[in-house]
Amino acid sequence: MKYDSRPFKLVKNEQIADGIFDWTVENKDLAPLAKCGQFANVKVTGRTLRRPISICDADESSLRLVFQVKGEGTRVMSEMKTGDEVEILAPLGHGFEIEKGRKYCLIGGGIGVPPMLYTAKQCDNPLVITGFRNKDLIILQDDFKAAGAELVLTTDDGSAGVHGFVTDVLKERIGEVDKVLACGPIPMLKAIAAVCKGKVRCQVSLEERMGCGIGACLVCACKTKPKDGEAFMSQVCRHGPVYDAEEVFFDE
Amino acid sequence: MSDLSVKICGVEFSNPLIAASGTFGFGREFAEFYPLSTLGGVSCKGITLAPRDGNPAPRIAETEGGILNAVGLQNPGVDHFIEHDLDWLKAQNTRVIANIAGNTQEDYCAMAEKLSDTAVDFIELNISCPNVKSGGVQFGTSCESVAAITSAVKKYSKKPLMVKLSPNVTDIAEIAKSAEFSGADVISMINTLTGMRIDINSRRPIIRNNTGGLSGPAVFPVAVRMVWQVYNAVNIPIVGMGGISKWQDAVEMLIAGASALQIGTVLFNDPYAPVKINEGVSRFMDENGIKSLSELTGTVKAW
Ligand SMILES: Cc1cc2nc3c(=O)[nH]c(=O)nc-3n(C[C@H](O)[C@H](O)[C@H](O)COP(=O)(O)OP(=O)(O)OC[C@H]3O[C@@H](n4cnc5c(N)ncnc54)[C@H](O)[C@@H]3O)c2cc1C
Ligand SMILES: Cc1cc2nc3c(=O)[nH]c(=O)nc-3n(C[C@H](O)[C@H](O)[C@H](O)COP(=O)(O)O)c2cc1C
Ligand code: FES
Repeated sequence: MKYDSRPFKLVKNEQIADGIFDWTVENKDLAPLAKCGQFANVKVTGRTLRRPISICDADESSLRLVFQVKGEGTRVMSEMKTGDEVEILAPLGHGFEIEKGRKYCLIGGGIGVPPMLYTAKQCDNPLVITGFRNKDLIILQDDFKAAGAELVLTTDDGSAGVHGFVTDVLKERIGEVDKVLACGPIPMLKAIAAVCKGKVRCQVSLEERMGCGIGACLVCACKTKPKDGEAFMSQVCRHGPVYDAEEVFFDE
Repeated sequence: MSDLSVKICGVEFSNPLIAASGTFGFGREFAEFYPLSTLGGVSCKGITLAPRDGNPAPRIAETEGGILNAVGLQNPGVDHFIEHDLDWLKAQNTRVIANIAGNTQEDYCAMAEKLSDTAVDFIELNISCPNVKSGGVQFGTSCESVAAITSAVKKYSKKPLMVKLSPNVTDIAEIAKSAEFSGADVISMINTLTGMRIDINSRRPIIRNNTGGLSGPAVFPVAVRMVWQVYNAVNIPIVGMGGISKWQDAVEMLIAGASALQIGTVLFNDPYAPVKINEGVSRFMDENGIKSLSELTGTVKAW
């Protein structure tokens, strides 16, 4: 079994920052299959489509999902109660590739930070750079420290941590790392890819609107060019969400 | 379980549920959930003569009770389907319907000819795709063009021909009659209804193609009405679809006039929907002493 849709039990639902919620959901069959950078597709009562949410953390029996309320679906999710059952299709997609003995730099921007936590736990002493718009949106700092990461915090407005963008920090530290893994808004990923180009390998996690979540309906298209192949319309839910930055046409 | 089997053009389906074209790929991804023999059949992703990249993203938007999509017929082409997917799909013990779309009449004929020498059970003529610039729906919106394409493809097809109708027409019964008169063996209906959603902040359509096809529960009453109208106008079987999401919908669509059903959008909400719908239909048959689903087809007591 690679993935399945099963009932999970919501055992924790806590607001951890302005409009950002932290779920722990239990299912002993599916949780152990999760790899870093994969995602879960969450069924929401009253909505036709499921909501794709990155796996923030996982253990033998549970998944942690951290999400921001954007529209109707995530609002319904935020109002669910512990003890509720929620139908989740997981784990989906290709996650980050981690090789032992390498120095990793993990970068998360805003609501792109959560998947970097489980990723950090797979790396030896990673450098983790997290960027937020302002201090009210900061999440998961203690979790990254507990995972043994060297943590750098940036805010766009300087209300906490380094005043500036994640790429300002990356430019200073890039000489120390073998590989960069990133998740966040497209302009940020594009800027990170530009800094890494020709220096270190960089993987990025993309978002696209989805239907099935498993590669059958072809709605989550993204034009990519594999290293040794032709450019094609890949499916973010199956070939991604993690791609080599060099594969991605950021402007199309 | 009651006997859920249905027969169309002499071809037996183990149950009335067929995966709708474009929502199920070529089946491999859903085989992770259950054996594909759980379904009576699979209508494969719409295929074209040459491979197609489809439209740029976003290709989907959510609406109340439904979705809009504009995939634009991304597919690997008919030859790739025959070489890489068909044998595997046939081995899954389910009926296989090849859904074809073309830019020209010649495209459709060439594909029908190629598929006639394969193991597909039906050819489904998609003359109703609203999301491509040329081809697709332009063939499906007037009686003359439906007649022309159906009779042309019929000459090249050794397989039973299912003609898939667009709901984006004024009089669907007339269109169905043209298809029947020109050689269609089965009608499948409905494809998606053209719609649009706009982001009020950016004032941009959510779908990159600007417009897309509406499917899901929102279209169900429209589909029921059209199946009923067509049932009253033709003598060939109808495969009904459009918004079926629970067993009650399946029964309702049969009563409106369908002999078999396709389900699409509901699979995105719940990939196990076919299992649940079949269980419900089976219970309904038991409780009402129905031996064969054909006893339901077209039995609406219209006022
Ligand atoms: C692989 C992947 C991982 C993600 N991980 C996270 C995460 O860990 N935390 C988090 O807060 N958000 C994450 N997102 C974004 C999240 O899926 C959207 O914010 C969410 O679907 C919005 O739903 P809504 O009902 O609040 O908004 P609505 O606007 O009501 O949604 C309408 C439709 O558009 C889709 N949609 C809207 N925005 C997005 C988007 N950015 N990406 C994909 N689909 C979208 C919805 O799924 C829904 O189908 C991820 C997206 C993807 C593709
Ligand atoms: C993402 C998507 C892709 C589709 N692609 C095709 C296609 O390639 N060919 C076709 O004939 N219909 C296609 N359709 C239409 C469906 O087969 C079906 O007619 C329609 O969705 C109504 O059924 P539903 O409400 O159960 O989904 C597509 C629908 C969706 C949602
Ligand atoms: S969401 Fe269906 S292919 Fe990706």
